Amino acid sequence: MSMFHTIAAGIVIVGLALTAVAALIRIVRGPTILDRMVASDVLLTTLMLGVGSHMALTGRTENIPVMVSIAATAVLATIVVARYVRRRAVTASSVASPSNETKHTGNTGRGSGAENA
Amino acid sequence: MLETMLDALSLVCLIAAAGFSVAAGIGLLRFPDVLSRLHAATKPQIFGLLLVIAAISLHERSWLTLATLLPVFVFQALTSPVAAHMVGRAAYRTGQLDDESLVIDELAPAVERSDRLG
Repeated sequence: MSMFHTIAAGIVIVGLALTAVAALIRIVRGPTILDRMVASDVLLTTLMLGVGSHMALTGRTENIPVMVSIAATAVLATIVVARYVRRRAVTASSVASPSNETKHTGNTGRGSGAENA
Repeated sequence: MLETMLDALSLVCLIAAAGFSVAAGIGLLRFPDVLSRLHAATKPQIFGLLLVIAAISLHERSWLTLATLLPVFVFQALTSPVAAHMVGRAAYRTGQLDDESLVIDELAPAVERSDRLG
């Protein structure tokens, strides 16, 4: 049992570390700000999983408020950034030159849709 | 005997949560555009969180712990789809997705129709 406990702890630590590194690589490489926000969301959830795994492995429960506060506030940054991206896209499509519009034919419908929204 | 079994079950839940988390990380690295990365990132992490909460509850075996951990899952399950919706909407509106990776685009006719009407 104690052996299994140690092995399980090792697997959990390695797995969560791999996920955090993958999220960090995606944050650095981008390419768009939305990719970075998705990756930072994953990083935050991985932090929550780490705090929870620590509680389950050691039997200490004093970190529950940390988990609750992270879970309650994690969504704010993503929503703010998503709205900012939308606003900037509206500005870009309203000042876009005609040659730009014909080049991105597939995107004009979306651009004008964003203006209406 | 029962306690050993519950402890072992808690460890199995933890290992499964770590596995789902790794799946999310790999998907985040290898998928081609925002929407598929969003798909890979959000779903396994929520299930992993549920598994971790189950592991804590199985290890502690107290109703008070479960009652204080339940808000964590409720908050995350309520707010994570909102964030994913906002990111997906922003990605679609600003054209930051790979048109070739879409099998069917059901939103484009709706956007076109709303443009015609107003």
